[in-house]
Amino acid sequence: MPQALVSTPGDADYLYYRHTLPVRVMHWINVVALTILLMSGLQIFNAYPELHWGKSSYNGTPPLLEISARAGANGQMIGYTRILGREFDTTGVLGASRGADGTVVCAAFPSWATVPGTQWLAMARAWHFFFAWIIVINGLAFLAYAIFSRHLARDLAPTRSDLRSIGQSLKEHLRFRHPTGEEAKRYNVLQKLAYVVVIFGLLPLAVLMGFAMSPWLNSLLTGWVDLVGGRQSARTLHFIVAWLLVAFVLIHVFQVIVTGFWNNLRSMLTGRYRVQAEARHE
Amino acid sequence: MNDVVKIPRRRFLARTLGAASALALAGCDRLSRTEWFPQVLASAEKLNAAAAHLVTSRKSMAQEFAESDLSSTFRSNGTADPETREYQAIAANAFADYRLQVGGLVEAPQRFSLADLRALPSRTQITRHDCVEGWSAIAKWKGTQFSALLAAVRPQAAARYVMFYCADPMEDDGTGFYYESVDMEDAYHPQTILAYDLNDALLPIANGAPIRLRVERQLGYKHAKYVMAIELVATFDSIAGGKGGYWEDQGYQWFAGI
Repeated sequence: MPQALVSTPGDADYLYYRHTLPVRVMHWINVVALTILLMSGLQIFNAYPELHWGKSSYNGTPPLLEISARAGANGQMIGYTRILGREFDTTGVLGASRGADGTVVCAAFPSWATVPGTQWLAMARAWHFFFAWIIVINGLAFLAYAIFSRHLARDLAPTRSDLRSIGQSLKEHLRFRHPTGEEAKRYNVLQKLAYVVVIFGLLPLAVLMGFAMSPWLNSLLTGWVDLVGGRQSARTLHFIVAWLLVAFVLIHVFQVIVTGFWNNLRSMLTGRYRVQAEARHE
Repeated sequence: MNDVVKIPRRRFLARTLGAASALALAGCDRLSRTEWFPQVLASAEKLNAAAAHLVTSRKSMAQEFAESDLSSTFRSNGTADPETREYQAIAANAFADYRLQVGGLVEAPQRFSLADLRALPSRTQITRHDCVEGWSAIAKWKGTQFSALLAAVRPQAAARYVMFYCADPMEDDGTGFYYESVDMEDAYHPQTILAYDLNDALLPIANGAPIRLRVERQLGYKHAKYVMAIELVATFDSIAGGKGGYWEDQGYQWFAGI
């Protein structure tokens, strides 16, 4: 967050230049790319709606997760999801759901959650790989920018005093009390940790597990895929990481809404964030 | 702000978001069906291939496994028993009359019986088969080293791809025979074999008897089953759909390394 001020602090509200243009552009590229990657990924999952642990899918152990459908007594399709041996009826959403034209379709993830909407593995892969390149290039560009502009050191890296205040910050978050006024100009410690975990943990892990699924890249270094348990484990981890990213996005959007939706949205569109004057006197 | 204003605004937001995402989804599906957009998406395939070749060498080996890793059964996918009269006839005779025809841009076109193929240098490997759908199975393959077969027929300098023509028709009316292709790098790769044994037994019909291709750094659809003829070509633009393989003609990537 650059220090340049749009107007000077005083007793009145003022606009603070919070997000630089590169950060804003890269943020919205991520929004599009992550959405497409998730939805095309779910369509790819639908081609083999099971998750296994190990080197192969046929090692004698049942899948960790299975989403499928069977015909019920009256001929209706029953969608079910089996997690670690426990079965759940998920008709309507997982296993069997209504397609865009209203007919019941047997598919793990429903039509509205996938790109393309109908079973089409080849096209889903085309979307997935194209946007995988987009997010990797965008991620590398962000990393270079964040290092050289000092965005990483100044805004993202938690300071020692940040880390000491984790407990306090956690309490405030749970009570939906968020920093306001001058304090809102910087990221709070939980926010910093969330961003750092996503940027340096989840996103690289998703890419790495993608590589681990590539038979060609398996030949890079003999046996490297076994470090994560084998190719089917890598597929499972890729899936889990994808949903952790979804969880991050849900929390992120929730925080955006409760801390002033329009103000936050404006700051990610124009860069300008309104700092409330009265809050500074608290 | 009072609640009277707030609630309709939230509802408006939710509805707008819902409508916008439905519109975006329909847009994605419409783009998928255009002529040009899939070509834009397909540019990533060239990047995939370039990056994969950049970080690996010509002879980088696919992982090989231990006997203890073998899958209990090797799943049969795609065609399980080609129903053509020609195939059924050679199968009935335990493939004694099978002749693999190798031609195209080679100095010495030849026909190989199964005994001829078994007489050529072989390789045995326990490898993992990765289907494009997502599943993997580990099996032990034994077959003719493809480089040895190439040495016998002597490729011409103009040869850039090896075409594999198969016995299994993909259409209900008995047409659209399966085919595949690899480049010369994969053709000469040490693990590229024409497999005739699976898990120490004759290759079953369900898995591609009498021979199937193993090209271990690529996904399953590259591993053509029921190979009847091989042709070395300079380009495959005018063969079938022009994309180098049955599934490639349906939109799957020719570079199936990921």
